[in-house]
Amino acid sequence: MRYSGIRIIKEALTDHKGWTPAWRDAEPQAQYDYIVIGGGGHGLATAYYLARNHGAKKVAVLEKGWIGGGNVGRNTTIIRSNYLLDGNEPFYEHSLKLWEGLEQDLNYNTMVSQRGILNLIHSDAQRDAFTRRGNAMLLNGADADLLSTKTIQKRYPFLNLDNARFPIKGGLAQHRGGTVRHDAVAWGYARAADQLGVDIIQNCEVTGFRIEGGKCLGVETNRGYVAGGKIAACVAGSSSRLMGKANMRLPIESHVLQAFVSEGLKPVLPGVITFGAGHFYCSQSDKGGLVFGGDLDGYNSYAQRGNLPVLEDVCEGAMAIFPMLGRVRLLRMWGGIMDMSMDGSPIIDRTHIDGLYFNGGWCYGGFKATPASGWCYAHLLATDAPHEFARAYRFDRFEKGQMIDEKGVGNNPQLH
Amino acid sequence: MIINHPLLGPRDSAEFTYMGDASLIDRPDWKNPQALTQFIDYGYMRDNPAGAHCELWYHEQGDRSFLVVTRDTTTHEIFSVELARDVARSRGRST
Repeated sequence: MRYSGIRIIKEALTDHKGWTPAWRDAEPQAQYDYIVIGGGGHGLATAYYLARNHGAKKVAVLEKGWIGGGNVGRNTTIIRSNYLLDGNEPFYEHSLKLWEGLEQDLNYNTMVSQRGILNLIHSDAQRDAFTRRGNAMLLNGADADLLSTKTIQKRYPFLNLDNARFPIKGGLAQHRGGTVRHDAVAWGYARAADQLGVDIIQNCEVTGFRIEGGKCLGVETNRGYVAGGKIAACVAGSSSRLMGKANMRLPIESHVLQAFVSEGLKPVLPGVITFGAGHFYCSQSDKGGLVFGGDLDGYNSYAQRGNLPVLEDVCEGAMAIFPMLGRVRLLRMWGGIMDMSMDGSPIIDRTHIDGLYFNGGWCYGGFKATPASGWCYAHLLATDAPHEFARAYRFDRFEKGQMIDEKGVGNNPQLH
Repeated sequence: MIINHPLLGPRDSAEFTYMGDASLIDRPDWKNPQALTQFIDYGYMRDNPAGAHCELWYHEQGDRSFLVVTRDTTTHEIFSVELARDVARSRGRST
């Protein structure tokens, strides 16, 4: 069924009896050409682009719970492509371009809203660094705009420009950045993939890999053995746990990142504002709640909840830069488990086991990467060659010394 | 979280800085012929278990000792706290 305005009117006049489920509840078959493990944003996007770009016929997505129940449902919904390094920027810019056409492509309202993102500057040194980053973005075909304090004051009059520790001295804006309705991304990809024949199998947990003679033949699940030509792991947050079943150790630690939503307010905040120096960033959802977050809790965790010191730290950051938020009440808070890699950048690569592929290590940048991650992973799976935009995301970059370390903090996953 | 420091008693975890997997105590010997692969493993690869995890906490806002804390990464329950020095010496390290 195609969604359209006319369809809505027709359904409105016929008691909405014509709507059908957005995707089939598929039963696992004995054999597939491609098995994608993980029904999150990246896994569903991978399955969709496998079918759409590469004509793959027998594709399954195995999800242990319900689709979109992991990090694609537990993030702060921001999209942007404001990276510095060559290994990253073309990839994220490709992703942003895919976001821009996503709704037409999927025939699904994912509520892509390019309301812009602003990174605040507080010192001369930071202005130099942000100018350099802006230039790197422009060189890679993205948009970047260095704003003066005066412009920021005009556009965002509620900001505290004269904070004693971090006075605002400008900002780097990307006007094409913004927010997306995160759950709709999972649902939209699921529906579009299903229409191309992909089997989306929920409540199907992979419990092991069948590996013989250095080749992965299929996966053991709680619903029986499923054979696959190519097995694609895509479970960021639980990567170490899953790949441990294939006796692999990864350059990844799992950490919890918290996010918070306030009660609903009238529109007060245009766009996304990041106050990196104060460990705080914020946007306003279409429902009116302020969606904000800060840094990792800072220690290995698989608990999808965080601790209070970080909440306090984030709220202090909020008050320092948005004094108007003082009376706003917190509505909800949650934690997501991040695959923190050793250099802060992801991995999309083959493993040393034939037929087993890996996508993970997204740190806390996975949501904005969803379309390009699926696009490039599908390319790798279908052609066995890395996509040109994901060429740097290799497993062996650590031993070869070719880290993609945006922040330059070395192999400290908790600091990326 | 409260970390029960062996010398100072129960302390708020906010006084500490997390320093990663306690396997970082076992730095490979640079003279070993396998040192290159051992150091890649040491520097970059992690077990990252869901469950009991031995990890280093540095008491930066306190007595500056390094502790080996065994903690459940799914519940944050702490099973044991030892001085990293004692752990290293028990494994035959002299310094």
